[in-house]
Amino acid sequence: MIAAAMIESAGYEIMKKAAIDIPEDYLAGIKESQKTETNTLSGYVIKTMIDNYEVATEDRRPMCADTGLPRYYVKVGDGAKFEGGFTGIERSLRSATARATHDVPLRPNRVHPLWRTEHNNNVGINAPEIEWSFEPDVDWIDVTTVHKGGLFGTDYRMLFPGDGIDGIKRFFLDTMIAFGKRGLCCQPAIVGIGIGGSKDTCMQLGKQAACLRSVGDRNPDDKIAELELELKELGNSIGMGPMGFVGSSMCVDCHIEVGYTHTGGMPVSVHTFCLSSRRATARIFNDGSIEYRTDPDWFTPYMRRETVEWPQ
Amino acid sequence: MAAMKEVELTLPASAEAIAALEPGMVVFLSGLVYTAREGVYDRVLKDGHAVDPELLAASNVNFHCSPAAAPDGDGDYRVGGVTATASFRFSRYMAEWLDLTGTKIVIGKGGMTQKDYREVFAPRGAVYLTTVGYGTGALLGRGVKGVRKVLWLEELGLAQAMWFFEVERFGPFIVDSDLQGNSLFSQQGDIVNRNIEKLYEGLKPPALQRYGETDDRKDELL
Repeated sequence: MIAAAMIESAGYEIMKKAAIDIPEDYLAGIKESQKTETNTLSGYVIKTMIDNYEVATEDRRPMCADTGLPRYYVKVGDGAKFEGGFTGIERSLRSATARATHDVPLRPNRVHPLWRTEHNNNVGINAPEIEWSFEPDVDWIDVTTVHKGGLFGTDYRMLFPGDGIDGIKRFFLDTMIAFGKRGLCCQPAIVGIGIGGSKDTCMQLGKQAACLRSVGDRNPDDKIAELELELKELGNSIGMGPMGFVGSSMCVDCHIEVGYTHTGGMPVSVHTFCLSSRRATARIFNDGSIEYRTDPDWFTPYMRRETVEWPQ
Repeated sequence: MAAMKEVELTLPASAEAIAALEPGMVVFLSGLVYTAREGVYDRVLKDGHAVDPELLAASNVNFHCSPAAAPDGDGDYRVGGVTATASFRFSRYMAEWLDLTGTKIVIGKGGMTQKDYREVFAPRGAVYLTTVGYGTGALLGRGVKGVRKVLWLEELGLAQAMWFFEVERFGPFIVDSDLQGNSLFSQQGDIVNRNIEKLYEGLKPPALQRYGETDDRKDELL
C-alpha cells in the first residue's frame, strides 16, 4: 500500500529536480546543436545556457526563475494500491506544489485570470493541472511534473486532408518563425506536434509530445518518425538560432503524436518546450520504493491505444 | 568563432558608460538594480504611489523580472533564480516611467521595437539590455547578493512586487539598443527575413487562409 505521505514527498522531490536539473537527454541534444552552430551570437547564447545548467545544479537553484505553469501527469498501474483514493493523490500533489514553491524557492506564477489574485504557492482554481492515464499489468504509480513556460510558442490550426504534409510544414514554419523572432519561445526547443483528434485532444497530444518524450525518441510509425526528423531539419534550416539571432539551432528535436480525427479535417497543433525543458518523474511501487528519472515514458503502447481489441 | 566584447558597469551607470555601449556587447553589472513590471507601473503611474527618491537615485536600472524568491522568516529573503519577462508588453509605460525615475538602463526579455528605441529610449539617454537565452535564472540568481528593499509585497505579490537587489557581476546581458536607437534584434531579424520566402517555395497554398490574420511572414508579433 502506497501511503499518501509518500506520494506527497515524491511530488515534492520531482518539483525540485525538474526546476533545478536539466534532463540529460535535452543537455545532450543542445550539445549536438552547439557542435554545428557557427554564428557567434547564437553560439554565445548556447554556451551561456550550458553554464547556467551547471550553476543551477551546483547551487541547487532553479535554472529559470519563470516557473512556467507547474503541472502533473499521473499514470496509475491497474495493480497499484494507494491510500486515500484518486482524490488523495490530487491532494498530495497540491500540497507538494505549495511546499516546493516555498522551499526551493519557485516563483509563484499562478494567479486568478481575471482578478490576478494569488496564494503565493502555485495552487488555485484548476491549478496545478493533473492529467490521468492508466497502465495494465503493473503495480506502480508514475508521477511526472512538467514546468513549461506558458506565453509563447504554441499555436493551433484546422487544416484539411487536401493540405497534406505541405500544410503541416507550412503551419510548422509559420509557428517557428513567428515565435522564434526575438526568441520569444526560448528556442532551441523540443517541438511537439499534435495531429488529429478533436481540437482539444489535438492540443493535448502536441503538448504531451513536446513535454513527455525525451530527445532522440521516435514515433513507432516509421513514416511519422521520418516526418519528425524532416521537420526538425526544416526548423533548423530557417536560419534562426536562440533569441532569434542568425543561426541554425531552432529545434533540439521534434516529436509527433497522432489521434484518429474527423474524416473531413486534419487539426494540427505546435508546441515548444524551451531551453529550460523541465521535467522529472517518480515511480512509486506498492512496496514503498521510489525510483526517480527524467524520461516520463508516458507514451506506452497501451497509451497510444494502437489496436482495436476485438475481431473485425 | 569570434569572441564577444565584454564590459563591466558600476551602478548607477554614468552617461559616458552608457554612451559607450554598442549592440552585441556583453555586459555585467555591479550595484543596485530594481524590478518593475505592470504591477509596479500601474501602482506608481496610475494610482500615484511614490517610490523613495533615494532608492531611485541609487539605481538607474529597471529589470523586467520576477524573482523566484521567498521570505526566510527572519525578515530577509532567499532569492533562487532570476529571469526576465518579455518587455514589449511594457512599451506603453516606458516614456513616463523613464521621465519619472531617471532610469537609464532597461533589462528584459526580447527587447522593444526600434521605434521605441528611437522615440523613447535614445532621446532620454537610455538603452536596453537583453538577458541571454532567457532562461539563465541560476547565473543571474548567483549575481544577486542581497535584497536592500522590497516594496508592495503584500499588495502586488512576490512576482509583481518592486525588488531592490544588491548585485555583483550580475549578468551576462547583451546590449540590444544604443543611444543612436540601433537595435541588435532588428539587425539580426532583417538577416533572418532574407531567407524566409525560400523556405515556403514549392509548398502548395493552404485550403483555408487564416481569417483576419496577416500572411506577411516578415511581420513580427510585437
